[in-house]
Amino acid sequence: MNSVNSPSVVVEASNLSKIYDNTAVVDKLNLTIESGSFCGILGPNGAGKTTTLRMFIGHCPIDGGELSILGQPMPRNASLVRESVGVVPQMDNLDPDFTVRENLQVYGRFFGISAKVLEKRIVELLDFSSLQDKADNKISELSGGMRRRLTLARALINNPKLLILDEPTTGLDPQARQAIWQKLRELKKQGLTLILTTHYMEEAERLCDRVIVMDHGKVMADSPPKKLIRDEIESHVLEVHTANESLVESLKQDPSIARFEQSGDIHFFYGDKLKIALDELENSSHDDYLFRPANLEDVFIKLTGRDLRE
Amino acid sequence: MNKAFNLVLFLSRSCSIWSRNIRVWGKLAGPSLMGNFGEPLLYLLVLGYGLGKFVGEVEGLSYMAFLASGVICTSAVNSASFEGMYSAYTRMDVQQTWMGMLATPIGVAEVVFGEILWAATKSLISVCAILIVATALGLVENAWAILILPIAFITGLCFSSLALLVTSYAKSYDFFLYYTTLFITPMVLLSGVFFPIDTLPDGVQVLAKAMPLYHAISLVRPLMTGGEVSSIFLHLSVLIMFGGVAGVLATERIKKRLIK
Ligand SMILES: Nc1ncnc2c1ncn2[C@@H]1O[C@H](COP(=O)(O)OP(=O)(O)O)[C@@H](O)[C@H]1O
Ligand SMILES: [Mg+2]
Repeated sequence: MNSVNSPSVVVEASNLSKIYDNTAVVDKLNLTIESGSFCGILGPNGAGKTTTLRMFIGHCPIDGGELSILGQPMPRNASLVRESVGVVPQMDNLDPDFTVRENLQVYGRFFGISAKVLEKRIVELLDFSSLQDKADNKISELSGGMRRRLTLARALINNPKLLILDEPTTGLDPQARQAIWQKLRELKKQGLTLILTTHYMEEAERLCDRVIVMDHGKVMADSPPKKLIRDEIESHVLEVHTANESLVESLKQDPSIARFEQSGDIHFFYGDKLKIALDELENSSHDDYLFRPANLEDVFIKLTGRDLRE
Repeated sequence: MNKAFNLVLFLSRSCSIWSRNIRVWGKLAGPSLMGNFGEPLLYLLVLGYGLGKFVGEVEGLSYMAFLASGVICTSAVNSASFEGMYSAYTRMDVQQTWMGMLATPIGVAEVVFGEILWAATKSLISVCAILIVATALGLVENAWAILILPIAFITGLCFSSLALLVTSYAKSYDFFLYYTTLFITPMVLLSGVFFPIDTLPDGVQVLAKAMPLYHAISLVRPLMTGGEVSSIFLHLSVLIMFGGVAGVLATERIKKRLIK
């Protein structure tokens, strides 16, 4: 009926803020997400990722700034927006009283989808999520990976224009994680706009065409993952494990070292070539070291620090 | 036009919550029915038979006939209260079912109203069952007794709204014991379920009449026993007032609790 059309800008936030107990958990966030993009939000625990996503679907009152989703003002048109959004929440909330198929049926009814349309859609979604054989199983009989795939299928029941995934692969084994990645790539190919939060750098690097690093409710960096690595950090890292003081001191003499960090008994040297330091290590008896290209995790650590959160 | 459309949308979304719940109930209807009407029936039979021997007639009725309307109303109260507290809390907090519903176009008011409708339906189901047995026992005077069903539903609406208001404050299941012990049980004991309230001191009578159960019984008892129903408007208003106010407050509180 009056469902939202397909604007080219899916998320538009200006100075979006959320305050809990006098702390800005989301702090004057400015963000534009274009239709068809796959956007990853990275950030340590408590960075404000979930809160941001909750504001996107009207699950969290906005304390400041403005937000529009799919061209609709939020939270005023939240219900209308949710007709066209799919949500995979951080915590599973599948209905334990129902089987896999029933979960999809009941959820579809919440969108007001007719039984006939729903029947066809459910066959497609069971197929998409490789759960055909589990259609009549109870939720308690599913593995963690299956549950997440069902949550994903459920989020797609309304043919959304925007899919929001909050840590969709946390706690899954590598096989289950890759199965989810494959599904998400398929969805991206179909033109869906996706927003995902994750702790796994590899996940963001492989899936997303745009990575937003968030901390303390602020955007610390925002660009395609390759560009982020290129722009934000030196090209290579030398990790030296359990080295003695004098070795570390002599390695530091290499003028090509741009940055140095220590964490526990690991010393990190960042730079482009680090040839002198590498030669030095070759000639020493110390062989517990690793020379590698910098990756997204290094960027993440650089931007958000090495301190443990929560 | 637009208003009518919004109302239809609201009701149809609330109905989708209701139908989710009845679908779950359908899977476990056996044990659930046992709980909902087995216990009140035991009360009716055992107390009605045992006490009836001593008591003889009450207000010109056999004790069992007198007790039957009280047991019916109490069962409506208990079914709706249990559903609005323990089951609703499970869906709100433990299973996060409501959060799942709220990720669809459905809003908090629709979820709460759907739950109220459902809990009242549970009252209706158990009252139906007891009424059938009561009829078989010859405790029902005439066909007007069928009007007990809508009264049971309204009583269910009233007490499920109150229960959801309690649930909106709950931090654990234990919290519900306060409500049952401090409100429901005293109300059941004082509202004329087991004995007519005019034996009570005046002050206590006023208190009993201020509570909704007394008004449900005042409507159900004459319908059951072929008496004349009086002050219909007053009794219905009390039930609807309690339910309406509690329902609105519960919706506001639950909104604050979930959307924060
Ligand atoms: N309902 C709430 N009440 C108070 N503080 C909250 C609430 N929800 C989240 N927070 C706080 O807001 C911060 C950001 O939380 P969240 O958005 O969940 O972070 P993330 O998803 O990035 O781990 C955390 O410090 C958290 O404790
Ligand atoms: Mg989170």
